[in-house]
Amino acid sequence: MSQTYNPTAFMNNADTHSGVTNAKLGVWLFLASEIMLFATLFTSYIVLRMASSSWPWGWDVLNVPLATLNTVILITSSVTIVMAYAKAYDKDKAGFQKWMAATILLSLGFLVVKAFEYGAEFKLGIGPHTSVFYAIYFTMTGLHGIHILGGIAVNAGLLYMSSVTEHWENPLFLGRVEGAGLYWHFVDIVWIFLFPALYLL
Amino acid sequence: MGKYGWTLPVAASSYAGKIDFGIWLIHAAMLGIFVLWGAFFIYLLVKFRARPGHNAVREDHDDTPAHISVPDSISKFPFAQMLYKNKGELKSLIPDMVIMTFEVALIVFYAIPVWSSIKSSVPDTKDPVRVEVVAEQFGWSVHYAGPDGKLGPRKMELTHFSNPIGLDLAHPDSADDVVMGNEMRLPVDKTVLIDLLSKDVIHSFFIPEFRLKQDAVPGLSIPMWVTPNKTGKYEITCAQLCGFAHSLMRGDVFVMTQAEYDAWYQSRLATKPASAQPTNPAEAF
Amino acid sequence: MAHDNHGHHELSFTERYVFSVDHKVIGLQYLITSFLFLLVGFALMGLMRWQLAFPGSPIPFFGHLFPADLAPNGVMSGEFYNSLGAMHGTIMVFLGVVPLAVGAYGNYVLPLQIGAPDMAFPRMNMMSYWTYLPGGLLMLSSFLMPGGAAQSGWTSYPPLSIINPGQTVWLLSMVILITSSLLGAINFLVTTINMRAPGMSLWRMPVFCWAQFVTSVLLLLAFPPLEAASVLQLMDRVFHTSFYLPKDLVILGKAYAGSGGGQPLLWQHLFWFLAHPEVYVLVLPPMGIVAEIIANNTRKPLHGYKTMVFSMIAIGVMSFMVWAHHMFISGMSASLSNFFLVTTMIISVPSVALMTCLVFSLKGGSIRFNVPMLFALAFIPLFAIGGLTGLPLGLTVTDIYLHDTYYVIGHFHFVVVSGSIIALMGGTYYWFPKWYGRKMNDKLGLIHFWGSVITMCGIFGPMLFMGLGGASRRLYDPTAQLHNLPVQGWNVVATYSAYLLALFQIPFIYNFFNSMWRGEKTPENPWQATTLEWACPSPPPHGNFEKTPTVYRGPYEYSVPGRKTDFWMQTDKN
Repeated sequence: MSQTYNPTAFMNNADTHSGVTNAKLGVWLFLASEIMLFATLFTSYIVLRMASSSWPWGWDVLNVPLATLNTVILITSSVTIVMAYAKAYDKDKAGFQKWMAATILLSLGFLVVKAFEYGAEFKLGIGPHTSVFYAIYFTMTGLHGIHILGGIAVNAGLLYMSSVTEHWENPLFLGRVEGAGLYWHFVDIVWIFLFPALYLL
Repeated sequence: MGKYGWTLPVAASSYAGKIDFGIWLIHAAMLGIFVLWGAFFIYLLVKFRARPGHNAVREDHDDTPAHISVPDSISKFPFAQMLYKNKGELKSLIPDMVIMTFEVALIVFYAIPVWSSIKSSVPDTKDPVRVEVVAEQFGWSVHYAGPDGKLGPRKMELTHFSNPIGLDLAHPDSADDVVMGNEMRLPVDKTVLIDLLSKDVIHSFFIPEFRLKQDAVPGLSIPMWVTPNKTGKYEITCAQLCGFAHSLMRGDVFVMTQAEYDAWYQSRLATKPASAQPTNPAEAF
Repeated sequence: MAHDNHGHHELSFTERYVFSVDHKVIGLQYLITSFLFLLVGFALMGLMRWQLAFPGSPIPFFGHLFPADLAPNGVMSGEFYNSLGAMHGTIMVFLGVVPLAVGAYGNYVLPLQIGAPDMAFPRMNMMSYWTYLPGGLLMLSSFLMPGGAAQSGWTSYPPLSIINPGQTVWLLSMVILITSSLLGAINFLVTTINMRAPGMSLWRMPVFCWAQFVTSVLLLLAFPPLEAASVLQLMDRVFHTSFYLPKDLVILGKAYAGSGGGQPLLWQHLFWFLAHPEVYVLVLPPMGIVAEIIANNTRKPLHGYKTMVFSMIAIGVMSFMVWAHHMFISGMSASLSNFFLVTTMIISVPSVALMTCLVFSLKGGSIRFNVPMLFALAFIPLFAIGGLTGLPLGLTVTDIYLHDTYYVIGHFHFVVVSGSIIALMGGTYYWFPKWYGRKMNDKLGLIHFWGSVITMCGIFGPMLFMGLGGASRRLYDPTAQLHNLPVQGWNVVATYSAYLLALFQIPFIYNFFNSMWRGEKTPENPWQATTLEWACPSPPPHGNFEKTPTVYRGPYEYSVPGRKTDFWMQTDKN
């Protein structure tokens, strides 16, 4: 069989039936499943809250100013990752690296703030076992935090890859940045829902 | 007693007949459907078996339906046109329509009315027997409200092996209450209102002869009712996996005449310990 | 990573057979692994059936091999019985039938049938298998861990699952398995949407591809809720939260330390939200296989290709709206039951349409009774029994009595075993020539077929009568309850039938491996089929097709008048 077979060729090919590259379609489908995951948690939150006799108000028991700061940080990071994508689109390597680094720093900042929040709660002896409210609070923010960590890993990987000429010049690179950006926006949107649900309402 | 029973156990409650009717009706229908389809299926297999000189024949609609001309009367309605052009294929929906009609009739005239008469409403009877059934691993406590019709309150901290449901014996409502373990005695032809609870995991209160089944969910108190209409000895079983001794979780139901029931209840009241309450509730655990 | 060009160097053994990115190798890996898991799940069942038929008597031959805490004096304990039950269900569903139907057949056949050179993400495909296998092994290894395997049934209802030992490993491996099937589902969807050969429009895809497509959507959207639910249960077990635990639990006389405030029924809703679509994941791909085999062996197009496809889509959509018919007597509100009663009856409409189309397809055909066709034909009446017995279970009133009895067990085993697994075995006979370029032996196939079909009826038929008699499921010792005694004899019948069924799998296993090397050699298209997988060499090389095929027509153009042959392949220009 003299045939040359390159499985990754199809990832390059925007000339697919749907007109969208495999990678992008894959990311969207992945996000669909992620939406189901978080939707389930939000549903559980609603069910538990409806059935509960008492439910604390976020303002009373959680640190709203810190969470607001985190909201701002995440929204900013969504902007910076779009900038990184725009720079990658323009083949501006330095610009891409600058904005991607900013995104990673902001997401690390988010985790640091979150760690302070958790730390203060643990110091008071509060944990997931304290009440159903804290159980859902720790589970949802924790799972969201894991998603942030995953995003940081992906973004850091892209930042590293941009420094390797072979990867930077790979036509797939832009698609990868786009996928990472889609994911990052999703993580951001989850927080936009989490923040009012847990802290404000 | 044979070992190869084919059918339902004896029906001993007022609504058992209604449930059995549904079970038999559906099984008759199922059998009918299965036999008819089966006969048709075998006929097809024999008639259309491959053999020399026999070739497969395509159906009309297997070739482009675009060529099927549409009557003028429906030429203005695209959806009707689509159905018309695919009418060969839509034949397969005819059996569906028959079965669907049967199902709709079942739902409207049988399932919804009977279900609400069993599960959503309680027959309007004066002087029902009031009982609370508390499930735990691996037994049933049957708590009778007694003649006053009021169940004595329960407190978790009073739970003790001598008082498995934590009944507050000091409370006036508990004065004529009786608690039985794995045994339930009921007067015949009298409605029993049961509140079903669980102390630990999910159990399911099942009396096959009454056609009565309800999960006992911790944290919920689930009301149900039954009117036994045949005297005799029946069985309470647990129908939901509840742990390693799930199969041992059973009890007896005795349905007796009103006079026998009253006599039994009085004898239980007479032998009831004055206070089964532990002196120090903390010892309960 | 974008530049490893597989055609340019010889693949090492590991690259070729272990960490292969070729969908065909991965498909066969899935096939062998999931058949092995089916055997393991079956063996667990064999042990349970002994206890059910002869409660309290030592397990013959193997009884004394088990540690004393599992089976003192060779008699299995209640805990061990419950572990076997939970693991039987879990292994059969999540490690056996789904990976076989989707991972094995989907992986091997789907890209071939749509004319793709491979899956959209070959590496992800490999990862999917290599998360499935460790997840499955972790699940199995829980038997060896302290506390043993999960004991709360495959449904894992809390609070029982939270206080029982073994459940943590179950949850962890479920999360791993869910990840694996999500990777697979994304891959299948992207492949089907993007990688079809030129001319292969959606309406030219074989029914099997549609079945895989709908199945993948179900997997993609139904599994994450179970993942979330498992995370919550894991939190309850590991961090002592109370998502599923109400206040004031007293467990065996001890107050349970926990904040309370949770909802045991929440788990049931989340679990069945997955597990009902899961039933269709178990059923649709086998139905697709049956459709392929029937079209091929009647030598005529399927009756109602579009009806079948629309029915599958309708089933896919509706399957997300019927979950609580598993919960009629769970304590859920009675009016909610009426809603789910209606949706359940609605979903039976497309299911009946599918079965009708399969039967009508026989009409006018020239039916060849070869081994795969026998399996496909047996699927129809046996699956019909499964479907029909679902009717009294889906109807609220009759479910009061039949819920949680052996009737349920009989019902879904007719659906999954004598339905799905029969069809999947038929698929093995059908596609074996494609996999290995050889044919499986017909005589052994006939023994396997008749033996399996008859013994399956011997196992699951009695269960229906036991259920009517009121015998509850999941009873370690059925004779402990008096009302079971009148039907206990059926347990003995079912047990011996199960052992016979095991015997009748020996010809299949021998046939499979023997034919791999010594089977009769077959040409590229031995069944004279029309679909694309028969338009490439057997076995297909890496990259599948010599050159990208072009598709000119629908999938089942058999017996077209005026042609020399009675099949017109999708790739034949004229």
